[in-house]
Amino acid sequence: MTGPSPNPLALIAELTHRCPLHCVYCSNPAELTARADELRTETWFRVFREAATLGVMQLDLTGGEPLTRTDLCSMIEAARAANLYVNLITSGLPLDERRLDELVAAGLDHFQLSFQGAREESANEICSTKAHAQKLRVLEWLKSRRVGVTLNFVLHRKNLDQLDEMLAIAENSCASRVEFAHVQYYGWAFANREQLLPTRDQLAQSLEFFKRAQERLLGKIRIEYVVPDYYAKFPKPCMGGWGRKVMLITPSGYAMPCHAAGVIPGLQFENVQEKSLREIWESSEAFQKFRGEDWMQEPCKSCDRRAQDFGGCRCQALMLTGSAASTDPVCSLSPNRSKIDAILAAIPESPQIAEPFPASWLYRRNSA
Amino acid sequence: MSLDQNLRPQLAPGCRLGENQGLKVLLMPERALRLSGPSLEIVTRCDGKHSIAQLVSELQKLYSKAQPKKVEDDILGYLQLLHDQRALDFAP
Repeated sequence: MTGPSPNPLALIAELTHRCPLHCVYCSNPAELTARADELRTETWFRVFREAATLGVMQLDLTGGEPLTRTDLCSMIEAARAANLYVNLITSGLPLDERRLDELVAAGLDHFQLSFQGAREESANEICSTKAHAQKLRVLEWLKSRRVGVTLNFVLHRKNLDQLDEMLAIAENSCASRVEFAHVQYYGWAFANREQLLPTRDQLAQSLEFFKRAQERLLGKIRIEYVVPDYYAKFPKPCMGGWGRKVMLITPSGYAMPCHAAGVIPGLQFENVQEKSLREIWESSEAFQKFRGEDWMQEPCKSCDRRAQDFGGCRCQALMLTGSAASTDPVCSLSPNRSKIDAILAAIPESPQIAEPFPASWLYRRNSA
Repeated sequence: MSLDQNLRPQLAPGCRLGENQGLKVLLMPERALRLSGPSLEIVTRCDGKHSIAQLVSELQKLYSKAQPKKVEDDILGYLQLLHDQRALDFAP
């Protein structure tokens, strides 16, 4: 079941589930942690120190919306003092220029701003909030601050016709890096999958678009493109391998190998209020469960690619095959690949972008 | 290589030197690069003060057993690589 555990390199700290946005592809669980159950500031400070001692270099402060925590600046200071590189993953609201200055002064290394599209109306529809104009304001403020900037555009069938406009936003900003990432089908995105999956033609065109953009902007903007894995021949090396590189802490302190691991029945997660990060990383059941190769079944067990993709994603295997230990069904070698092919075959040929947005999105109904 | 020798390399915003488990690393958005030997000598001089010419000259002295031309080519190649990864800006 085990093998020596490598050091984690990144810690994802979900500081809160509170968020002013309600995106149709939100990756947070349906059952949100209440504010009263969120970890205290001092507990996070200890978690950061323990993470650095374990070998973690990168800290992602995320949520929910991390800006809703009023103690965010002190978190950044504590993380820097612990020797971590601090990423803020944010929607850009609620934020004003004064608070941005405070974040940078506290030692923030990298500001990662998410976009739901390039056009105000459709972007706001996706997140059910008037957020787009504020994001463009934040981009202007960032130009006069010294901090790394990445833009993160979340792609899907309804906004793949906006790639030119998205790239223009990036080129008019101070971002040195832009991620164009297709929605991954977990959580709310799984519920809305039929309206989000791109067509095969759209995908082919987007690949061509990004190849040209990467060539043209070499040395100016680093462009990363993440395709929807349903269209891939081999699975993604999810989280760089289970319990291999990344540790995620939920707002109430549960330590998980990934965002979605809660969908796997029977997995017990330890809480950082009761155990040290090292104990959890090295010996908790949840982190051991799919670490290494002993858990693998065929065709993974004897596959040449097993050290490259680690069998793909355990949560996707569970959601689509009913067993978390089976091969990720997006893999062309999986006996369950036909399930993915059937989903893709059901996508309409026309992307139907011109139509008004369907009223049938499933949204989170949190009270924010 | 067509890099102007008067340019002064400087780590880009969001990139800085750090330490992990006693080893020097170049920390960048979503990644980190272990530094040792020549790569560490180069990156510590990417401070916006050293020109490329100065950087090359200092490393040629430091690695005096290596062929000077080889040292220069390796440095220019490495600077270009870091620049293309957006870890480095070239100030005039």
